[in-house]
Amino acid sequence: MNANENIVSEAGRPEEKVMAMKDPIEDAANAQSAPIQEGKTVGKPYVDDPKYKLRNVEVFYGEDRAIKDVSLDIARNQVISFIGPSGCGKSTFLRCLNRMNDSIDICRVKGDILLDDENIYHSKKDVVELRARVGMVFQKPNPFPKSIYDNVAYGPRIHGLANRKSDLDDIVEESLRKAGLWNEAKDRLHSIATGMSGGQQQRLCIARAIAVSPEVVLMDEPCSALDPIATARIEELISELSESYTIIIVTHSMQQAARVSNRTAYFHMGHLVEVNETNKVFTAPEHKLTESYITGRFG
Amino acid sequence: MIDPKQQADIIHRSLKRRYRKERRFRLYGIIAISIALGALVILFADIINKGHSGFLKTTITLDVEMDSERMYLEDPTNRDEVRMADFVEPLIVSLADILPEATEDDRNALRGLINPYASNQLRDELVANPDWMGTTQTITFLAHSDVDVYNKHKGNDAYSIKLNDQQQQWVDELQERGIVETSFNDVFFTSGDSRDPARAGVLGAIVGSLLVMFITLVLSFPIGVAAAIYLEEFAPRNKFTDFIEVNINNLAAVPSIIFGLLGLAVFINLFGMPRSVPFVGGLVLTLMTLPTIIISSRAAIKSVPPSIREAAEGIGASKMQVVLHHVLPLAMPGMLTGSIIGMAQALGETAPLLLIGMVAFIVEVPEGFFDAATVLPVQVFLWAGSPELAFIERASAAIMVLLTFLLGMNALAIWLRKRLERRW
Repeated sequence: MNANENIVSEAGRPEEKVMAMKDPIEDAANAQSAPIQEGKTVGKPYVDDPKYKLRNVEVFYGEDRAIKDVSLDIARNQVISFIGPSGCGKSTFLRCLNRMNDSIDICRVKGDILLDDENIYHSKKDVVELRARVGMVFQKPNPFPKSIYDNVAYGPRIHGLANRKSDLDDIVEESLRKAGLWNEAKDRLHSIATGMSGGQQQRLCIARAIAVSPEVVLMDEPCSALDPIATARIEELISELSESYTIIIVTHSMQQAARVSNRTAYFHMGHLVEVNETNKVFTAPEHKLTESYITGRFG
Repeated sequence: MIDPKQQADIIHRSLKRRYRKERRFRLYGIIAISIALGALVILFADIINKGHSGFLKTTITLDVEMDSERMYLEDPTNRDEVRMADFVEPLIVSLADILPEATEDDRNALRGLINPYASNQLRDELVANPDWMGTTQTITFLAHSDVDVYNKHKGNDAYSIKLNDQQQQWVDELQERGIVETSFNDVFFTSGDSRDPARAGVLGAIVGSLLVMFITLVLSFPIGVAAAIYLEEFAPRNKFTDFIEVNINNLAAVPSIIFGLLGLAVFINLFGMPRSVPFVGGLVLTLMTLPTIIISSRAAIKSVPPSIREAAEGIGASKMQVVLHHVLPLAMPGMLTGSIIGMAQALGETAPLLLIGMVAFIVEVPEGFFDAATVLPVQVFLWAGSPELAFIERASAAIMVLLTFLLGMNALAIWLRKRLERRW
């Protein structure tokens, strides 16, 4: 409660805000000098029966250690958001969860990433199979330059999920409905997807990701290229989807994290500083860095 | 600090200078383009001016009396008789008939008006129609190439007229009477090379070029595209692939004659393939075109946005599916454009083909990949070097045919790119 009061009082003191804006570098330096203990995460990083169990995860780009000893559980059918200043490693960390970093030659991942108690980096584990279970939505809407129908049907087709045309039609319709795009797209299923608006394209990408019925959906700043209305639409969608999927979302908008997620993880310079229930993180952060970040001192 | 008024003044003054600079730069650009266009116009005007007459032929239409006594021929179906028969005499007689002032002494002069191969034409037609024997037929023959030159270029100092005054007078007279006529030169497009300019055509060279291009396309496009995909998508990045890359880039700059030497040494001397054939020509041009295709295909693959690749990988497409379903369709317009430009380059290539013997004098139109053949640019090279002036216009006409092919290929490249281009 004490910390909560702190935020309010700080927000209420305009001169301090001005100070913070005037010299953000010094302020950030002060905040960053706050102690981070490597491998030590405050809050509640572990849950019972997690979907993902991550232990001592480290990611290297060549010699650079981009992720430093992160341990975290991601709960089933919940939304967790990763927040933190630019370059803190949250996207890198997200991309480890479906091994998207594999295509970067110099990238190495250490530690254990268990999806339903299976190590996804195990040498016998197939990456194609993993990605069918863990879908991904990217920062910029990236529909294929094909028809709306073909975009959604692509995943089921390559995985052989539908044997008949009618099955495929059903999957496409259901995915588009779930993504809230059916009403807009049903009359133009065979027109080219890149002709849609940005928000529609992003929803199409979500429909494409869920068409293969993944267990987890990773979202890497899915709204950063969208206007507020489209963003609201996607956020609504995330809440609906969280009933049946585990959703991990990286976001720069703290309001968005507060609105859509059950839990929030704060990353700082490759460290996982704090993880907790979203309302706890935003109302009563335990770590000084988290507090500085969510009050807008740096980032 | 400069006070605002002064600052505005400084900016205002510098503005004029900046705009002047811009105008000057634009002017340079316009001058450069004008020079380039001017050179192009001069080139085309010269070629068309010299070559347009190559598309015209001069013919002479005669009433030929098939007199068996004069021709020493009774039965045109008898091969031995045909071989011994005289097919020149009836032509001269019929020419003498329409030029009554010609005397017996003018036989050679009269003969100089008719194409030396006219007698062969008469023989072939008579053998094909034996019942003509004893009748009089109206047949159109090619005129002698000297008549052709006189007909097209009289008054042009660049051409020396070989007809004597008497002959010139006759040709003028025959022209007035409609016996000597100028018409579209179909012979140019329906026959191979010949010693006689009037009968020389580009068909042999066109067919040779098409055969060579076919081999080149069939080999270089799949190999080039496959190499580009492998290097770009699958090959590990290490010293060895770097080495390959540097070498491919260097090969693109190797003078084409070197490829000709390589073809001569490897394909002909080592593998014992025949000389002068389109197959070997195609192999040599494949070697020459491959670097161009690989480089442009790699550039096309590189230009596929990574977001599309990520999208496909994110759904769980395998590497091969990403390449086949997404990268290749998006890169195809670029690959095709590069390949067609490479092919156009190969179509105009002369030097390497000289070395593998495709420079021979070949009359027959090639019928297969292992028939001796020549190609359009080599044909141009051969005719341009001929001492006979009548070949000069043939060479220019052949250049026009070659340019038409090149324009066609470039148009095809543009069409394909427009057709296959997709926005993302």
